[in-house]
Amino acid sequence: MSDTAIKHAPFVRQEYTRDVQVPASIGEVKRALPILERLWNMDMVRRISILVLLAIIWETYARWSANPLLFPTFTDTMEAWWSGIISGVIPARLVVTLRMLLTGYALGLALAAVFVTLAVSTRFGTDLLSTLTSMFNPLPAIALLPLALLWFGLGAPSIIFVIVNSVLWAVALNTHAGCTAVSETLRMAGQTFGLKGFRYVTKILMPAAFPAILSGLKIGWAFAWRTLIAAELVFGVSSGSGGLGWYIFENRNLLDTANVFAGLLTVMAVGLVVEGVIFRTIEIKTIRRWGMQH
Amino acid sequence: MLAIEGPPAGNADGYTDTEQLTQIMQQPRVVTGISTAPDAQASGATPLVRAHGVTLQYKTPDHLVTATYRVSFDIFPGERYVILGPSGCGKSTILKAIAGFLKPVEGSFTLKGKPVTGPGPDRLMVFQEFDQLLPWKTVLGNVMFPMLENGVSRADSERRAREALTKVNLGDFVDVYPHMLSGGMKQRCAIARAMAMKPDVLMMDEPYAALDALTRRKMQDELLQLWNDIRFTLVFVTHSIEEAVILGSRILVLSPHPGQVRAELNSPGFAYDARSGAAFHELVQKISFMLFGDRGGSH
Ligand SMILES: Nc1ncnc2c1ncn2[C@@H]1O[C@H](COP(=O)(O)OP(=O)(O)OP(=O)(O)O)[C@@H](O)[C@H]1O
Ligand SMILES: [Mg+2]
Repeated sequence: MSDTAIKHAPFVRQEYTRDVQVPASIGEVKRALPILERLWNMDMVRRISILVLLAIIWETYARWSANPLLFPTFTDTMEAWWSGIISGVIPARLVVTLRMLLTGYALGLALAAVFVTLAVSTRFGTDLLSTLTSMFNPLPAIALLPLALLWFGLGAPSIIFVIVNSVLWAVALNTHAGCTAVSETLRMAGQTFGLKGFRYVTKILMPAAFPAILSGLKIGWAFAWRTLIAAELVFGVSSGSGGLGWYIFENRNLLDTANVFAGLLTVMAVGLVVEGVIFRTIEIKTIRRWGMQH
Repeated sequence: MLAIEGPPAGNADGYTDTEQLTQIMQQPRVVTGISTAPDAQASGATPLVRAHGVTLQYKTPDHLVTATYRVSFDIFPGERYVILGPSGCGKSTILKAIAGFLKPVEGSFTLKGKPVTGPGPDRLMVFQEFDQLLPWKTVLGNVMFPMLENGVSRADSERRAREALTKVNLGDFVDVYPHMLSGGMKQRCAIARAMAMKPDVLMMDEPYAALDALTRRKMQDELLQLWNDIRFTLVFVTHSIEEAVILGSRILVLSPHPGQVRAELNSPGFAYDARSGAAFHELVQKISFMLFGDRGGSH
């Protein structure tokens, strides 16, 4: 046995054993990093410094070009924003926009739930959903606006119709894909515990498909938000109820460019808060914690 | 541990002619010498699970795979019934059919005399796959979940869950999510989940395959201990002959794919020190001869 072992080894090397050092004698095992390095390691700090840098570049360029009609300075924009908030104009516009958005989003989700339920339970439903999503998903929802105006007239119903369209297909597609991708073992495990019907869907299927559902919600939100602002811009003028898009449009007509910038900043800020704070918190509390992030 | 993937080193020398093989295979259901297993036939008990000429098939869009062919067996209440066979012979498929996930294309499965119609909490199963834990629940939450869903009070299920987790050596990991566990730890958690439920029938599909020899032995002892305490019916799938002989009171030997019944044998139950004894080795050799004998004991 040992003969063959030697034959198989290309050459014989010296064996050795070593004593390992006790951790205390290695010296530095754990040490706090300098305060600056720790600060720099925080995402927030790094991102804020980038924002500050951008603001400085903006201010410098605007002052250098000295054309407030085309490109107001950062400080002017901030001033306009602040006064817009103080006077209550921006908050009022924001409320109008958000109310419309939430109505459309909720309606879209409800319809998506109906479609997914159909698709999960019957084969006809599956075919229906996949046909409809493959038709409507590639279509930018805003393209339906002219038709919506024709059907529902100028006003909130048209915008809500468009938002529903932008949310529904993305969410339904993702949720359905998530449900079909739930592992067979997990489904069987749930069933051996005696779960059936509604309890099975809510306690096994939904949580197991949650990563896909959440990404559907995120995509749906992003579509809805962009579509809404665009729709408001298109016929904001003729609509009595003004949202943020209308605010931007109105101020452009008044050639009040600082206010246009303030409106754009508000749109960005809302997007950031929803995507970076709300959805991120949900994500950290759920799928990250469960190790289910794909 | 001796696995049936390869024949044992020194092969069965006593059984070289087919006559003796036939004899072994036609062995009637003798229950002598079994102290730990209930004397099913003598007591006139009715089988808990009865498979009658069961053929199980998978239909894929372009294939039809026959997993088992006309398999019949009875499992009596309180038995430790081991299904033993090479990889791919349909062991998992049989378990899934008993659990109610698969309908036989021929023959029937009955449970307490009634046809098996679907899954239920009276037949808990530890699956072979590692993804059977709910990723959104902690280890403790996972073990408590089936009990809570079946009307056990919260306090009770927590107590039972902690007890079961301690038994499988996961006492320090109760608040951890499954994705932070190793494969073997996940499997132990699933075992604890099934044991804590104290089901009538506990089905386990190669639950110890991912464990190291030492942990596996501890798990096997725990399982036997648990069986001793509550005398449930155990249906245990393995491809390790030794494990079958250690754990089983009755061993169903299946032929390679498509699975057919090759033999049904009794194991007297071996305490730890008897596992190096002659009786133990004789039984192991007898089974390995059944599975590899006709190949002349060589690869
Ligand atoms: N979902 C499936 N679809 C199609 N064929 C399958 C499926 N699952 C198993 N089979 C086939 O059925 C046969 C039996 O599979 P099974 O999983 O029951 O084997 P097993 O005895 O449990 O093997 P192992 O010891 O490797 O787990 C195999 O030939 C396999 O190819
Ligand atoms: Mg298997």
